[in-house]
Amino acid sequence: MFFHWLEKNPFFFASAISIVISFAGLIEIVPNFAQAARPLVDMKPRTVLELAGKNVYMKDNCMSCHSQMIRPFKSETDRYGAYSLSGEYAYDRPFLWGSKRTGPDLHRIGNYRTTDWHENHMWDPTMVEGSIMPAYKHQFTNLADIETAYAEAVTVKNAFFTPYGPEFKRTREAWNAHRPKVLADAQAIADNMKNKDVKEAVAKGEVPEIVALIAYLNSLK
Amino acid sequence: MQSHAALEYDYSLAKKFTFLTILFGFLGMLVGTIIAAQMAFPELNYLLGEYGTFSRLRPIHTNTVVFGFTVSGIFATWYYVGQRVLKVSMAESRFLMIIGNLMFWLYFIGALLATVSLLFGVSSSKEYAQYEWPFDLVVVVVWVLWGVSVMGLIGIRREKALYISVWYYLACFLGIAMLYLFNNMAIPTYFATEGLGNILHSVSMYAGTNDALVEWWYGHNAVAFGFTVPIVGMIYYFLPKESGQAIYSYKLSLLSFWGLMFVYLWAGSHHLLWSTVPDWMQTMGSAFSVVLILPSWGSAINMLLTMKGEWNQLTDNPLIKFMVLASTFYMLSTIEGPIQAIKSVNAIAHFTDWIPGHVHDGALGWVVFMIMASIFHMAPRMFKREVYSKKLMEAQFWLQTTAVVLYFTSMWIAGITQGMMWRAVDEYGNLMYSFIDTVTVLHPYYTIRALSGVMYLIGFLMFAYNIYKTMTSGRVLAEEPQFKTPMA
Repeated sequence: MFFHWLEKNPFFFASAISIVISFAGLIEIVPNFAQAARPLVDMKPRTVLELAGKNVYMKDNCMSCHSQMIRPFKSETDRYGAYSLSGEYAYDRPFLWGSKRTGPDLHRIGNYRTTDWHENHMWDPTMVEGSIMPAYKHQFTNLADIETAYAEAVTVKNAFFTPYGPEFKRTREAWNAHRPKVLADAQAIADNMKNKDVKEAVAKGEVPEIVALIAYLNSLK
Repeated sequence: MQSHAALEYDYSLAKKFTFLTILFGFLGMLVGTIIAAQMAFPELNYLLGEYGTFSRLRPIHTNTVVFGFTVSGIFATWYYVGQRVLKVSMAESRFLMIIGNLMFWLYFIGALLATVSLLFGVSSSKEYAQYEWPFDLVVVVVWVLWGVSVMGLIGIRREKALYISVWYYLACFLGIAMLYLFNNMAIPTYFATEGLGNILHSVSMYAGTNDALVEWWYGHNAVAFGFTVPIVGMIYYFLPKESGQAIYSYKLSLLSFWGLMFVYLWAGSHHLLWSTVPDWMQTMGSAFSVVLILPSWGSAINMLLTMKGEWNQLTDNPLIKFMVLASTFYMLSTIEGPIQAIKSVNAIAHFTDWIPGHVHDGALGWVVFMIMASIFHMAPRMFKREVYSKKLMEAQFWLQTTAVVLYFTSMWIAGITQGMMWRAVDEYGNLMYSFIDTVTVLHPYYTIRALSGVMYLIGFLMFAYNIYKTMTSGRVLAEEPQFKTPMA
């Protein structure tokens, strides 16, 4: 019998397993790959400050409680806005859809929350009465890593043709030239904030995590 | 060679990994209990400053339980079962012993460093694959070394036909290797630029919808090849050994094995129902999830029927109780999963606590029970001593069983309540509840779940204590017991 033979020949046994388990991935993931990689028309990639904010979002693992995927149901579009489209995520590396909504969806939070609201809320989430979200006060003092965010932008531009401008280059000089632009973006956020330490840090040319995070959250529309 | 004489097996590696299983099991479950308590009592988020929030700790819980506890359990049982079913001792090959020890230390140190990295928020954010690229490389090396161990031992075996358990360990090795490699493909940004930024940071090779598909093809099947396949391999060895019964049906084990291999991977896309992946993939995910009941129940039924005519053992051997309950929870979990994968059910269940509820009736009831039962069976053979206390084992069994039931029932209620409240509309078609209403209503269920976590953790400590006492002060055995594990 075939199986008895197979069980005495480990090489062929292992090969058989490998073949049988590869089908699904090949058939489900590969055919649609190119199409699913397409962005919406005219969509711009995130700025360096927003990318730095996305990295804060990843560092503090917001996705363990918040999704970024509005499903096509009336109850969801009423609550969160238009349902999500594949092309909107085309520059998201990694995808941050999440799998659990301990808190609400955030995919279009930029449409209905402000810098000021986020500042208050991240400092003390119980401003929403009954909230079980922890405060993230350390984000007001920790500094966001904007240099890494720049490196990420350059990497995705070179490796995946994400449409960042010609000024995005691999060198330190290019980063030093771009840095004032990031600080100006940070200043624009900080202007709408009231926390003194944050304002002072930004005036000194530093970017606290909260500033980058708010820039990112505001970009979710 | 005297192939019929009893071999003296070398259990040094099995013992080492058994210690790690217990260590990581305790750590992972402790963190799990803490984060469960945080959801009921948010003040507990501030015990460790920025390092103690739910969001930082949650990946530590999942990764420690998956890659610490379960994987150690897989390694521990492999270094025990592998030798015995292949009829060859590890001590016969110096090379394999060196590889095994190298793997052990690399794994231990790597796992500790990776856990610390998560505490500091160094994370690639893909669920159950959060480790950044340097730790991924360590995982790959450890896995390759384990592969060399498995293939090497098979290479020098005396028993020509591979026993069913070996099929499953082999599949575990191959499956995880494939999934882990493809899902964790990333470019380190430091090296893609002229040394800009953080050396640990990387960016995924896939974006958006594609990244989601690859991630859940991985995530779902890491469960397949980590939480199902090797655990089935364990029960195929330990249940017949403990009960002295032959496997009920060879054909059923064939059907279940190859069925599981083929079907499981297709079901990954059921994690993405109603998302932006194409409809046909979602439908495939749903359909194959339902088909998956066949091979899953095939294995479970094969196990239960193995006990045919010997059900009396259930009353006088708590180890049989552990294993029978484990396969029963496996059946529960593998019927619940497909139900959640039906699109209309998923519309309510997805994003709610019903999902962690489902995960935990499988993980706590099936995976942890089966690994603990395996260790209880191995301990007297490895340490040549009787299990320290049967009474303690009985008490542990009932405490943890109650804990699992409390966990999944509270999360079922929490999940369905929240799912229904999110979609509830009043007579004019307006949403009835603001989001926060659907959070505060869950408080009692979160409290029950935290309590169940404490109970389960205490049960695990009873297990650890029992094993420790077995090692140090169990009655010494003159010869190895053939079937039923001796216990005082």
